Amino acid sequence: MSEVTELDARRLLCPMPVIRLQDCLRKQASGARVRITCTDPGTMNDIPAWCRINDHTLLECDQQDHQISFLVQKSQV
Amino acid sequence: MSKKAVALISGGLDSMLAARLIQQQGVQVEGINFYTGFCVEGHTHAIRKQDRNKNKRNNALWVAEQLGIKLQIIDIVEEYKDVVINPKHGYGANLNPCLDCKIFMVGKALEWIKDFEYDFIITGEVIGQRPMSQRKATMPVVARESGADDLLLRPLCAKNLAPTLPEREGWIDREKLMSITGRSRKPQMALAKEFGFVDYAQPAGGCCFLTDKSYSVKLQDLWNHRGTRKYELDDIMLLKVGRHIRPNQAFKLIIAREEGETNFLSGYQREFQTIKTVSHAGPIALVEGEQLDAQQLELACAITARFSQGRDADSVELLFSDHGQNTQSIHVKPMPAEQIKADWVLA
Repeated sequence: MSEVTELDARRLLCPMPVIRLQDCLRKQASGARVRITCTDPGTMNDIPAWCRINDHTLLECDQQDHQISFLVQKSQV
Repeated sequence: MSKKAVALISGGLDSMLAARLIQQQGVQVEGINFYTGFCVEGHTHAIRKQDRNKNKRNNALWVAEQLGIKLQIIDIVEEYKDVVINPKHGYGANLNPCLDCKIFMVGKALEWIKDFEYDFIITGEVIGQRPMSQRKATMPVVARESGADDLLLRPLCAKNLAPTLPEREGWIDREKLMSITGRSRKPQMALAKEFGFVDYAQPAGGCCFLTDKSYSVKLQDLWNHRGTRKYELDDIMLLKVGRHIRPNQAFKLIIAREEGETNFLSGYQREFQTIKTVSHAGPIALVEGEQLDAQQLELACAITARFSQGRDADSVELLFSDHGQNTQSIHVKPMPAEQIKADWVLA
């Protein structure tokens, strides 16, 4: 399994976390995994929606206190 | 071979309808959405505690999902500064450079279609919908000055405009496009019903802080006191939060209005001088401006204490901190409401 790229999007407000994730995945190979950590509760809607729209796979979503962490795998297409 | 179009998706109804009209003609549509830093809803809802339970969906993403199209959100914060600071066509009622904004965004879309081999651009513009950017006279200005020319198709009002390349080449059947004009929303609502769209955001335009009078006053004040019309992303974020009070030329206070704003502003303690009430429940205040001297510090504390639960107390204790360091305790009598002059309050 490939390494996970970590992205820190804490304190960023939507849609910046989505933009950070999008720009990171654009540089990755198909199947690459990125974990992004956010604090804006809006990401609970936006990141899953962005993954569905663009055919990426949301592998995990974990919320602890005010932090939300998403593990996303880039589409194979 | 089927043609490909890029749709500017704002998250409002018009761009949603425009994209669907073109999808129905067998064109592959993908969406782009531009983030300028001045967008309204997501930020306010994320910050204010009273709004935390409101729906926080990003409308552009939501629209893309309804349409079944891919969407890229593009960060244009840096490039957009020149549009805000030096709009060739001037401002609207406030600091909204709507016509320059539209020209800029269509120009960015043109770059996108060239880079990724799309055939044309779609927008949800309607003639007469907006007093500055969506008039019959400005439609050709947007097409010409963006460089898009006849690669720019406005499906909702196309029949009122000269045929564009996609229409002339037969990629699109002009007869199936619309001829909507004016500010009435009835034609769009009827079309939404026809397409089965029952849930959609309110009309576009209200989504930009630059159209807001109070926000524009604060941005103009920021420029005036810096002596330069420049800003960073944090500046324009902070203009959306709290009460902004400038008691003199030396400094401005940004005072949280509720717990969510206090939490948000607390994240800036290393970047600002800050004041926080400790003897009574109350807000945090950021001090923007010069290093406070003793007299200014007392004034800043008295104003901040005014917005705490100790507003009627004889003395309130506050903690002053200089960029997260050198914390000191201050005791002041809260300033009576009538002494906070109306022209101190930026709104």
